[in-house]
Amino acid sequence: MKRIGWQTILIIALLLLFPVMVGSDYYRHIFIISLMWVVIGSSWNLLAGYTGQVSFGHAIFFGTGAYTAGLCVTKLGISAWWGMLLGGPVALLVGLIIGWICFRLRGPYFALATIAIGEIFRLVAIDWRALTDGMDGILIIQSFRSKLPYYYLALVLAIACVFAVYLVLHSKWGYYFVAIREDQDVAEAIGISSFRYKSLSLMISSYFTGMAGAFYMNYMAFIDPHVVFSLHDISIMAILVAIIGGVGTLWGPAVGAFIMVWLQEIFRSAFFGLFPRWVSEAHVLVFGLLVIFVIRYMANGIVGDWSKIFGHWFRKKQLSYSSSGN
Amino acid sequence: MDVFIQTFVAGILIGGIYALIGIGMTLIMGVMKIINLAHGQLMMVAMYITYVLFEQFHLDPYFALLAAMPSLFVLGALLQKYLLNPLLKVDSILPENQVLMTVGVAMVLTEIIRFIFHSDYRSVKTGYSSANFYVGDISFNIALIIAFGIAVLLTVGLFFFLLKTDVGKSVRATAQNKEAALLMGINAEWITILTYGLGSALAAAAGTLLLPIYYLFPDLGGPFTLKAFVITMLGGMGSTIGAILGGVVLGVAESLGATYISMALKDAVAMVIFLLVLIFLPGGLKTLTKI
Amino acid sequence: MSFFETQQLTKNFGGLTAVDALSFQVEQGEIFGLIGPNGSGKTTVFNLITGFYPISAGNILFKGATLNGLPTWKICKSGVGRTFQVVKPLRRMTVLENVVTSAFNHTGSLDEARNKALEVLEFCELIKKKDFPAKGLTIGDRKRLEIARSLATGPTLLLLDETMAGLTPQEQSEGVELIRKIRDAGVTIIIVEHIMHVIMSICDRILCINYGQEIASGLPEEVANNQDVIEAYLGKE
Repeated sequence: MKRIGWQTILIIALLLLFPVMVGSDYYRHIFIISLMWVVIGSSWNLLAGYTGQVSFGHAIFFGTGAYTAGLCVTKLGISAWWGMLLGGPVALLVGLIIGWICFRLRGPYFALATIAIGEIFRLVAIDWRALTDGMDGILIIQSFRSKLPYYYLALVLAIACVFAVYLVLHSKWGYYFVAIREDQDVAEAIGISSFRYKSLSLMISSYFTGMAGAFYMNYMAFIDPHVVFSLHDISIMAILVAIIGGVGTLWGPAVGAFIMVWLQEIFRSAFFGLFPRWVSEAHVLVFGLLVIFVIRYMANGIVGDWSKIFGHWFRKKQLSYSSSGN
Repeated sequence: MDVFIQTFVAGILIGGIYALIGIGMTLIMGVMKIINLAHGQLMMVAMYITYVLFEQFHLDPYFALLAAMPSLFVLGALLQKYLLNPLLKVDSILPENQVLMTVGVAMVLTEIIRFIFHSDYRSVKTGYSSANFYVGDISFNIALIIAFGIAVLLTVGLFFFLLKTDVGKSVRATAQNKEAALLMGINAEWITILTYGLGSALAAAAGTLLLPIYYLFPDLGGPFTLKAFVITMLGGMGSTIGAILGGVVLGVAESLGATYISMALKDAVAMVIFLLVLIFLPGGLKTLTKI
Repeated sequence: MSFFETQQLTKNFGGLTAVDALSFQVEQGEIFGLIGPNGSGKTTVFNLITGFYPISAGNILFKGATLNGLPTWKICKSGVGRTFQVVKPLRRMTVLENVVTSAFNHTGSLDEARNKALEVLEFCELIKKKDFPAKGLTIGDRKRLEIARSLATGPTLLLLDETMAGLTPQEQSEGVELIRKIRDAGVTIIIVEHIMHVIMSICDRILCINYGQEIASGLPEEVANNQDVIEAYLGKE
């Protein structure tokens, strides 16, 4: 196994110490949410950035994981923490089915299908009141009043996810995923069952996203279809997180997660109260402008265009295929 | 039986208007090979323009077409020229950059409108919005009939443009084979700009025609974008005739669904059709009729 | 039982018959040439063999087992490799990574795959460029990479599709050397080629087709001097 770089160790150490150094619940909350998005973004990136299957429906897996945890309480009468165990596998199964339906479609049509299915899940969650309590949502009692346990759990999840992606990338699967992304015909011709490997990628991706959803249920203690199956707030946010950080890079989504969550928070609080109220309503507008700007000028994200932006004195060591070329 | 006929006809009438949305999107799909996820939002912008013209100048929506369509044509053309075309030259890992860009555009359009007009539901009530026309016991909404008529006119005009004019033929050529079109001296860049403008203008027309019988709010764009691509998938990507068929099928299905199943699930109808097409008929109706 | 054979292989595209009841056999260890004028169906035959197109009728047998109906990746696993007429490198990977990917065909271990890849790159004389990004290569090197990548899958039958097109005479003779080396290493080869002197110098037997049908087959000199073949080309290179 490759040696872990000092930068990685430093970052992890800082993250471990963070809640000890910073006592404010507000900032701890932001970091927790950021860490959650590291998981979702990295998962999305594995499927889209590395395997080339651009999903616009990751909310499906997030919501499934969240509802799995929620339903543990409302239907099974057990703790929502079981959702952390079950959320991943359930989301994985959903992923398998979706892959089976959608992988026959290439490129943008796959993206469309994921949007449609995402919307279907949302509508079903709203309508199937017997199962989900519809728009009333699911409310549970938080297990811990302190944010610390949630913080460390989120940190563990984030590290596990990024590490898992790292392991995959440096294995047969990783090479196969990228081959599929680069040229599916070639992949088939060199012995890769593109269907099987796309499915594997999706399974890993949906598993971790599902776990993130289950975590969300436990942490926020309230979910409803509008929140967890949201096209803009979950699916598109996942894409933004990965793109801003750098699609097809290992650390891109992690960087993107912190940036996006902070940006969102800055706008929601109207620059922490410094700006007039209407600014907080503008955060979706800013997101939209951000999408336009990033795609137009920085399509490879901060990490992907790292050398363009920061020159070579901060060069990241990575597989050549995990950067976006150029 | 009367109810059925009424519902069915209403479905066809609305389907004719839906067809305009579908044709616009399928043209863009055919020429640029991208899915315009801002399509519904462009339509929504046109509807607000029409609304303003109605509120301020009491301009009848059907005349507002003459303002809304060109405005959206220009907006669309500008979007294509400055935001979408430049992406073609960028080599990025995600080939769906153009699609993502349209998502960004959709968000921005929606939020700007929301900022100006807020999220309140608005409507345009003209003299004939609720007027009905009776054949026996079956009622037909006059606004819908007029809208359908105009939609048909526009569609015929479009076909004339595509089949008989040089520019129209260039559009079709670019859609069929971009490289060959380039080699034959067609300025593909201009064609893409024109096509996106045209697609937007058609969406604008649909929106304006629908305004008298619909509610208007900023988030209207989303469901209509969805409808647009369901229609295009149903009819077959890039097929204008397919889009007409798809639009009518969707219109009828929604109408029947609303009457016989439930009003609330109307939007779900589009979804279900989409999934069915995806699973059983991925090429769309086009593959059945070999158009 | 021959090493590889097709029986009445047919492919229809709508009203057009691209391959018409084509039957031929390839012996183990041969270099078998497939020639014919443009549009005669040569690449279609390759696409049929490797499962890129479903066949309309007939059979494809490899070491006695049927290939038709199998997905492309399974066909590769059973030992059939191919190169593409228009080379398709995995552009955002390095040369080495390209070959490592295909070397995973019969192993799950990164180390094994890497070693195999390095071996193959040595063999194809691409080893010095192993860390070059694939998209920056010259056309000659891209063709080598294409071949190296197929070789790393461990094929016993290799389908080469117009590998010499666009190469300088020097590169062509290097290519011929490489192909001979591959055969000597135990791989049977079917080669589609337009460049006559290449075909003549390396093939053991040749099949000439036109409009998807056999025109002539046999030893290179026989086929080259066959009246029908000459007519089909109407002035060959």
